[in-house]
Amino acid sequence: MRHRVCLTVNGKAEEFDVEPRLLLCHLLRAYVGLTGTNIGCDTSQCGSCTVLMDGKAVKSCTVLAVQADGCEVTTIEGLAGADGLHPIQQSFWDNHGLQCGFCTPGMIMTAVEILDRSPGATDADVRHGLEGNICRCTGYENIVKSIVAAGARGN
Amino acid sequence: MGRYVGTSVKRVEDPRFIQGKGRYVANIQFPDMVHVAIKRSPEAHARITRIDTSAAAAMDGVVAVFTGQDFKDGGCGSLPCGWLVPDTKVPDRPIVVTDRVCHVGDSVAVVAARTPYIAADAVEAIEVDYEPLPTVVDARGAMDEGAPLVHAEIDDNVSYHWALGDQEACEKAFAEADEVVEVELVNQRLIPTAMEPRAAAAQWDAASEEMTVWTTSQNPHPIRLLLSAFTLGIPESKLRVISPDVGGGFGSKIFHYPEEVIVPWVAREIGRPARWVATRTESQMTDSQGRDHVTVARLAMTSDGTFTGLDVETWANQGAYLSTFAPLIPTALYITLLSGNYKMPGVFGKVHGTLTNTVPVDAYRGAGRPEAAYLVERLVDLAATRLGRDPLELRRHNAIPKDDFPYQTPVAFLYDSGDYDRLMATAADNADYAGMRAAQAEARAEGELRGVGVVCCIEASGPAPSAVAGSLGSAVGFWESGEVRVHPTGQVSVFTGSHAHGQGHETTLAQVVADELGVPIESVEVVHGDTGRVNFGMGTYGSRSACVGGSALVRSAEKVRAKVLEIGAHLLEAAEEDVVYDRETGRVHVKGSPESGKDFGELAFAAYTAHNLPEGMEPGLNFVSFYDPANFTFPASSHICEVEVCPDTWEVRILRYVAVDDVGKVINPMIVEGQIQGGIVQGVGQALTEIGSYSDDGQLLSGSLLEYAVPRADLLPGIEVDRIETPSPHNPLGVKGAGEMGTIAATPAVANAVLDALAPLGVTHIELPLTPERIWRAVQAAGNGA
Ligand code: FES
Ligand code: FES
Repeated sequence: MRHRVCLTVNGKAEEFDVEPRLLLCHLLRAYVGLTGTNIGCDTSQCGSCTVLMDGKAVKSCTVLAVQADGCEVTTIEGLAGADGLHPIQQSFWDNHGLQCGFCTPGMIMTAVEILDRSPGATDADVRHGLEGNICRCTGYENIVKSIVAAGARGN
Repeated sequence: MGRYVGTSVKRVEDPRFIQGKGRYVANIQFPDMVHVAIKRSPEAHARITRIDTSAAAAMDGVVAVFTGQDFKDGGCGSLPCGWLVPDTKVPDRPIVVTDRVCHVGDSVAVVAARTPYIAADAVEAIEVDYEPLPTVVDARGAMDEGAPLVHAEIDDNVSYHWALGDQEACEKAFAEADEVVEVELVNQRLIPTAMEPRAAAAQWDAASEEMTVWTTSQNPHPIRLLLSAFTLGIPESKLRVISPDVGGGFGSKIFHYPEEVIVPWVAREIGRPARWVATRTESQMTDSQGRDHVTVARLAMTSDGTFTGLDVETWANQGAYLSTFAPLIPTALYITLLSGNYKMPGVFGKVHGTLTNTVPVDAYRGAGRPEAAYLVERLVDLAATRLGRDPLELRRHNAIPKDDFPYQTPVAFLYDSGDYDRLMATAADNADYAGMRAAQAEARAEGELRGVGVVCCIEASGPAPSAVAGSLGSAVGFWESGEVRVHPTGQVSVFTGSHAHGQGHETTLAQVVADELGVPIESVEVVHGDTGRVNFGMGTYGSRSACVGGSALVRSAEKVRAKVLEIGAHLLEAAEEDVVYDRETGRVHVKGSPESGKDFGELAFAAYTAHNLPEGMEPGLNFVSFYDPANFTFPASSHICEVEVCPDTWEVRILRYVAVDDVGKVINPMIVEGQIQGGIVQGVGQALTEIGSYSDDGQLLSGSLLEYAVPRADLLPGIEVDRIETPSPHNPLGVKGAGEMGTIAATPAVANAVLDALAPLGVTHIELPLTPERIWRAVQAAGNGA
């Protein structure tokens, strides 16, 4: 049994014919070809796969493609505007907020939501807000710094 | 130095990662590609009595199903071990097993299918009957009389015994000691957990008989060598191995894994590109794991607290098979570090490498050195308690004085340089150690459980002089290659045999070469991770890339400079001794008159036009160097950690973490700080949250991120990082490794702090990780439970 799903990915409306069990992260990676959304686990722990669905950060490995029917999805590839990097991307670059880069798209998408909810997020707010994201490289220091700095600069 | 080395140049690799354009193996896609999935053993030890692949093979979308026999018949050799100490017994490790599984996760059969979902379904449809065999999982228990045998041909489960040190001096120290402290401890098994699960992809060109393999490896050239010489049998000249962007490794991606053979073999067999991507669960149960020691040790000292001897016996769990470098870790990277930062004449250690029904154990960040540091630093704290001395003061009393370098330890190493007293003094200053102790006394008076942990640790980084490695059991050399190719326009391509998987080499190595040549960093591109582009290399581990890889590039850049200078002198019609190469600008000019000179770009162009070169000079401007290090380098650190233990929940809260490291000269302070911070949090993970545990029947109990507790962002309140610099005299850059020091120091720093906090309750030892449950149990056992 297959299903038709229509969703808008990074501003572009697309239609797909999918199995009901297909995960959103796999749809994005294999069908849309957007491989910036990484998959780091299979138990919904790591947050590498975080995207924005109708403006909210979700782990795309916990969403079925059919559940995203009719939704607007933004991935890391669609975050920057025409005028270059998104301020959070820039802040990660400026503050050495990444090493291997694997967790980075998920961290940045989560950061969008953290700063959306509390624009002046403190170090402690950010550490708490990142509870669903794992980074094995940075020890989080510079990720936290990047997000706090982006918030302080008005995102 | 020049313009770039020593400054925090922003990373050139970042734009692709922050925009989601990382080139990871899992992103490789070909139109006709098949997806490979692997049937894995749920049993830790069993005979296979039946495999039925017919239902799987008949499924729609399944392209092929293979069993171990197919791989054997198809010419796949067993996985070799690349480090053999004397009399090592090496169990056979097939790519896919045929009749017996030895650990949970062992590969049993392989599916190739049109989609990953179909491949996963087909794996489920393969029927396997197992006849369970008895299991053993414990490092020391494996040697017990009557313990089940992991491999019948190895009749005591011992792969090797190894010893090093001055046994006579050690015995004398204990015979004459005023005080002796003893400990028995476990250095628990850890699962490296790089965030990118392992993956491999392959494309076979039947016409040219060329194979390209993409793999999540820290060292593509050694993988090509092993594939060619042992496992796949395709000549190196026809085999290209590419490790593109790799999402963290921490050692776990050094080794040659079965899937790196399975995927290209399948691609050739069915004539279509193939890709396999591990699930997290698969990675946790098949990536080589770390640590897993049981150790009994004692430290001898005089009544004034001078250490005189250390006697160590360790049982090191090697798992079911020997992973690529497994015997190296608990031998030449562990026993050799037991002298720590201290003057101690009588150090002696012996180790037993045992086989068990668990995933193979090999290098994980620090690899042997954290095990040594944790042991030594725990013993020093026990000594301080015994003698009633302050642990920092006792360390300073025993530290190797700065004037004693180079310092020969009793366990083979010649330490290059250091100033451990200054290191500890700086840490004490930064932490306000006296203030911390005063605050602790106050807190204790209030009945609070507050502790301060202090450590001074050593690392051996930048392996290794090849002849020394060879004499210790290595099958390969540990030099590095570096090529500096100046193009006719003066642009520079740098080819390094080192491999970056988070370390930022594309930036730091460009800094080095740009300064060596005096060219803008923007004109230097760093290429790594591709055997088709880089001539050879040993890869990245052991914090070797700057020390060894960087030094190879310095040598090549020196050769470039010499040739450019010669061409410059020729074109300026001056004697070579009358011209200079200005390393600030890359210009060659007549001494004293910088205006009459030639730019780097002009001279590079001249080298390629070859219209007017000095007599007998070959055209071109391209140099390769193979740099074999003279010695390891020896970074050191002193970390101070302040903790509080909650007397209700027994949770540990880190109040402050102060780190001072000496990693020699620093190329990029921002990147070095990042390495130290990341390393520290991994070390704190070992102290507080992480354990790779097996049930007695060999089931992995921490097989997903639900059970394996990797540190989260709120585990620490922040880290205060500082450094001192004692340059290494053993390489032209003066650098020492920076990748592992944080991990090595953090585990004992936190453990010492927690045990210091619990001292009033009479607790003297708890096995790691220091979870609330373990702390509660220890407090109960000490008879102090509330
Ligand atoms: S891949 Fe989605 S949370 Fe890990
Ligand atoms: S940068 Fe490697 S996992 Fe975060």
